[in-house]
Amino acid sequence: MNIYVCIKQVPDTETKIKLNADSTGIDTAGIKWIMSPFDEFAVEEALRLKEKNAGSLVTVVSAGPARVVESIRTALAMGADSGIHVEIPETADNNLAAKALAGALKKEAKVDVVFSGKEAIDDGAAQTSQLVAEYFGMPSVTVVLNVEYGATSVKCKREIEGGAFEMVEASLPVMIAAQKGLNEPRYASLPNIMKAKKKEVKALKLADVGASDADQKIRYKNYQLPPPKQAGKKIAGDPAAQAKELVRLLHEEAKVV
Amino acid sequence: MAKVFIIAEQRDGRLKKSTFELIGASAAAGNETHAILLGENVAELAKELGTYGAQKVHLAQSPQLKFYTGEAYAKVILDVLKSATPDVVLASHTPTGRDLMPRVAARLNAGLASDCTQLAFEGSKIKVRRPVYAGKATVEVEFIGAGPCVATVRANALGAPKADASKSAEVVNVTADIGELKAKVLEVVKGTSARPDVTEASIVVSGGRSLKSAENFKMLEDLADVLGAAVGASRAAVDAGFRPHRDQVGQTGKVVSPALYLACGISGAIQHLAGMRTSKTIVAINMDGEAPIFQLADYGVVGDLFAIVPLLTEEFKKIKEH
Repeated sequence: MNIYVCIKQVPDTETKIKLNADSTGIDTAGIKWIMSPFDEFAVEEALRLKEKNAGSLVTVVSAGPARVVESIRTALAMGADSGIHVEIPETADNNLAAKALAGALKKEAKVDVVFSGKEAIDDGAAQTSQLVAEYFGMPSVTVVLNVEYGATSVKCKREIEGGAFEMVEASLPVMIAAQKGLNEPRYASLPNIMKAKKKEVKALKLADVGASDADQKIRYKNYQLPPPKQAGKKIAGDPAAQAKELVRLLHEEAKVV
Repeated sequence: MAKVFIIAEQRDGRLKKSTFELIGASAAAGNETHAILLGENVAELAKELGTYGAQKVHLAQSPQLKFYTGEAYAKVILDVLKSATPDVVLASHTPTGRDLMPRVAARLNAGLASDCTQLAFEGSKIKVRRPVYAGKATVEVEFIGAGPCVATVRANALGAPKADASKSAEVVNVTADIGELKAKVLEVVKGTSARPDVTEASIVVSGGRSLKSAENFKMLEDLADVLGAAVGASRAAVDAGFRPHRDQVGQTGKVVSPALYLACGISGAIQHLAGMRTSKTIVAINMDGEAPIFQLADYGVVGDLFAIVPLLTEEFKKIKEH
């Protein structure tokens, strides 16, 4: 099978976000960049599918500035076979990224299954997997907790609200967006980290994948940090007094209950 | 004034209150407000959309629309929108809206601002702001080029409108021309819980690792049930197996902004604070008075949650009985 994984590189979740001088973006100095955590489930699922189907290949695709090659190498160290990096600007939106990713997939001889995370934890937009599927021309299933693979289709367990889920059947090729719980991602072993350094990562430009800057549809501007919160009220007393006073304040002052 | 189309969302024949928020906000701004309603046997719901200010409801009904599928819904919605010249297209950032709207935006060749927490109508455009890095910062979204402004809006962000029974909408039946689908819903399996989802609830009662066990969350469930609240959890509590991942609030879980967030035994890791900091009123109950959660709390209770939470449940019961 020809298996693909779309990944995004994002600031580590521990990052304390600071803005740049003119509030047009964040200050990236000192940021530790990681593969978006939901994409790790996607990589793991791709590797498991490959292991069940002899002769399969897993290709990792990422769109972004030069630094994202590090995250492609992380996926290669987990066991993926090769990578594709499409260079797009730091400020690209989901639409431009999706055009780049779909364009790269279209250049491939055959695509059976594409995985990605259900969202990236930087912009949390949850757009790219559906957009890639639209531009490639394949069905997509998002927030997936389990996949059963058939010869020409997949059955996915998809999480919806309130603890409910759906069983969705989709034909191949298909885009599957992973939710936490799909699997437990493996760690890269030291020999695999060494091997990953020698694996091929193809470098493509926007023009190579039939996309252009005109595919950018939104731009983020006027970044703000959340306003500092004023010190709250501390409620003293024994538990009974605290409970009584808290309920009174929520009812009479905050008026939320 | 803008020509605004709102994707109405229903599940099991009930409209979501987040749909009313969108319609109410658009109508209050004096826009030409349309709703698009899809489903099977949902004609009755069109009236309700009218009472919140929808002037026209485009109603598409088909057995193929009984369950949401991105492909079928996007197809029918585009059939309505392509001849309608919308200025603005809105949906709620619910599991359905977030799956659907990228497909709609792609087919409209338009930009999509997801998960907006602020929205204002300005002429034929919208001005929106959304969180990034799970709320560690926010950004304004500029729409580039032609095409309508498409956005999904977080539940509870705009505030609940009031229904006016004297208002009604014109209902236009839309032919649902769906064709063969590449992805089909075979079955919907309902959750076992009657509680609302953490992303939709107006009150969220959340617990951390200090709860010590899955069984002890019963205490929070009892409190939640008195308040009609959802039960959330920190990543630490989820990783310890006390709650399923779908309840996780934070950067790698769900981002919420309820009217009231009660954090019980949650110390407040940066990723958790990011996921709940836009809640309107925040209460923290924790043994450790120095815990970071208290920096965000409007009301802080330093003490033993095992003693305080059951007492709170009793106190809230008294209020609810009045």
